[in-house]
Amino acid sequence: MEKVKEKISELGTSRLIVILFLIVLLIIATLQGQNMATVSSDIINRFGMNLFFSLAMVPAIISGTGLNFGITIGILAGILGGLISIEMGLTGLFGVFAACLMAVPFALVVGFFYGKLLNAVKGNEMVVGTYVGYSIVSLMCIGWLILPFKSENMIWSIGGEGLRTTITLDGYYDRALSDLASFEVLGVTITTGILVVCAIACFLMFVFTKTRLGISMKSAGSNPIYAQAVGINVDRMRIIGTMISMVLGAVGIIMYAQAYGFYQLYNAPLTMSTAPVAAVLLGGASTKKIKIGHVILGTFLFQAIITVSVPVAAILAPDGGLSDVVRTIVSNGIILYALAQARGNK
Amino acid sequence: MMKENKIDIKKIIIANIVPIVFLGISAVGVAYSGVNGAIIMSDVISRFARNGFFVLSLLFPVLAGMGLNFGIVVGAMAAQIGILIISIFDITGIAGILVAMAITLPFAILFGWLSALVSNSTKGQEMLSSMFVGYFAHGIYRFVFLFMLGGIIKIDAPEIMIPGTNVGVRNTIDLTGVKYSLDNLLKVDMFTFCFMLAGVAAVCAVYIYIKRKTVSKAAVAALVVCAALGVAGNILPALVMYKRVVKIPVVTYALIGLLCLFINFFFKTKLGQDMRAVGQNMEIAEVSGINVNKTRTIAQVLSVVLAGWGQIIFLQNLGNLSTYSAHQNVGMFASAALLIGGASVKKATVAQALLGTFLFHLLFNVSPMAGKNIFGSAVIGEYFRVFIAYGIIALAIALHAWKQAMGKKNS
Repeated sequence: MEKVKEKISELGTSRLIVILFLIVLLIIATLQGQNMATVSSDIINRFGMNLFFSLAMVPAIISGTGLNFGITIGILAGILGGLISIEMGLTGLFGVFAACLMAVPFALVVGFFYGKLLNAVKGNEMVVGTYVGYSIVSLMCIGWLILPFKSENMIWSIGGEGLRTTITLDGYYDRALSDLASFEVLGVTITTGILVVCAIACFLMFVFTKTRLGISMKSAGSNPIYAQAVGINVDRMRIIGTMISMVLGAVGIIMYAQAYGFYQLYNAPLTMSTAPVAAVLLGGASTKKIKIGHVILGTFLFQAIITVSVPVAAILAPDGGLSDVVRTIVSNGIILYALAQARGNK
Repeated sequence: MMKENKIDIKKIIIANIVPIVFLGISAVGVAYSGVNGAIIMSDVISRFARNGFFVLSLLFPVLAGMGLNFGIVVGAMAAQIGILIISIFDITGIAGILVAMAITLPFAILFGWLSALVSNSTKGQEMLSSMFVGYFAHGIYRFVFLFMLGGIIKIDAPEIMIPGTNVGVRNTIDLTGVKYSLDNLLKVDMFTFCFMLAGVAAVCAVYIYIKRKTVSKAAVAALVVCAALGVAGNILPALVMYKRVVKIPVVTYALIGLLCLFINFFFKTKLGQDMRAVGQNMEIAEVSGINVNKTRTIAQVLSVVLAGWGQIIFLQNLGNLSTYSAHQNVGMFASAALLIGGASVKKATVAQALLGTFLFHLLFNVSPMAGKNIFGSAVIGEYFRVFIAYGIIALAIALHAWKQAMGKKNS
């Protein structure tokens, strides 16, 4: 009994509530006679689609810059790489790979400058990051209008200016990675390709945190004064952490897009930081501490709730919109709870 | 003597660099928009009237040291509850406005108190948490308006509910019943308004003379300028267009004026002084016997209530309620306006709020047309103004954080 209690308190109240909520949703879905195989397939698909964004929180948090609300800037770098790949007409797995490769330099550059900025505003990284992210997204809205892309699949065929709001990957690399070696078990689709890539990425991140650089980064984040004293360049560690985070964000949007089938431009990236932030917090991370396990558990729980609530909501309230409402309440509620906790732990 | 003057001017420019830059940008915008000045002015005057309350409401949390309160959206939500109720009971005209304001009050106090609980448990991160309070409340709001109303709470008002199911409130609610009912109570052209202002200035001058036996130069100057403008508008043919087009909703402006007086008065009271003290240094305020959390709560509640009433003024001018989005950007745009007026995250005055509201909405008005004439695209202008809004907030917060970080380093 004591052990159970210990485990429960380890889980934390917020996660407990969310897990109970998920169980209730699952029970309702089963009672409604939902096709659980489809629901499970969806959860697995969305898990792979979103994992990279959550993983991007790891280097940011361990290097001491907190939750990376500015991940949207990395996402924009990723979209830019993706659009270049479409412009060049690259298809299939090679297209995905090339898009990532072209996005990385952009992500490194913005990550470097963003890291410099975060070093100047220590203690307020999250709120500054949020609004800098918003400003860059709205600045890029002008960018999407005037960038000289020519591909017919990206610009409006008649009238309209600039790039389309959604750019389809049909004919390029729509689900190129997600459908790679995917198979069905009991009607549940396992998207092998993307899951393997996610597993590799998580493993690499885990290995990274054990390297010399990773350990220096951790101590720079957890105890900057001590780190400085033993000769670690704290500011440099924070910049490197931010750059890795941005690269993961950039790769993340390409993974997301190949699974989703579209790139969404203009205001779509604006709120994309909320879901991964909420996911890792849900998984047990805080603004100061994160483990790979938190990323995996959190992304799974978060995506499971969103996925299960869709069909449940569709029957409870046929007019729709409830799942989006659930997502808004759950994700922002978790973030608020975490912010209040962060204060309490001080 | 000459030298002193020079330094002063330089100081003034440096101290007000933000509004000066934006005045410049707006001037370019006005010049390139190619729109008649009178039409721009008429639009800016109505935008100013409907947004003034929001921007002024931000002063309390700023001076209480909580930064920009993006969470004033909960006030707007409270107002929308009031607006919904008067729509259900079909209360129209100025009575509708007053009833809506009365209903808004308790809800706004409750919401303000709840968001103050969050702010007080996230000290130092209030701006971030107030933003998420807004997003979280938006979720709850949608849940209530979309599913509970009609679903759990039965409402017999088919014209505002989603047709067919009668569950959930419509996307857009027509507010013809209360449209302009505040603005149209008294509407005069801008030069008559100048005479009215001259009248107010005259009363002030006389009052000051009786009380202090001195002639107030400021009041006399205001009297002369306003009267001269009024006369000029009525005789100069160049201003005929302005006289015809630019109408002033006198009552709305009077309310904004009263709010300004109230704010200035408030910060002279004991409570207002305490609030400033809390804003400057919480620890010192605590030691000197001020109840910090209570003072911060009052600041937040005041801000949310005023924003709520502001939303009613806004909606009666607009004439319809976009149920699920009307409140969304209230905090962001108001914050941007305040900052453009030259305020910072820690310091703001009534004058900055007013100047900022004017400049921000001038820029908002002219940027699509200016974008079209400069870049050949109105959409660029529209994105540009959103970028300016986010960008100025990012810049102000970053500057504030940078100063704070430098302070920590030096100490």
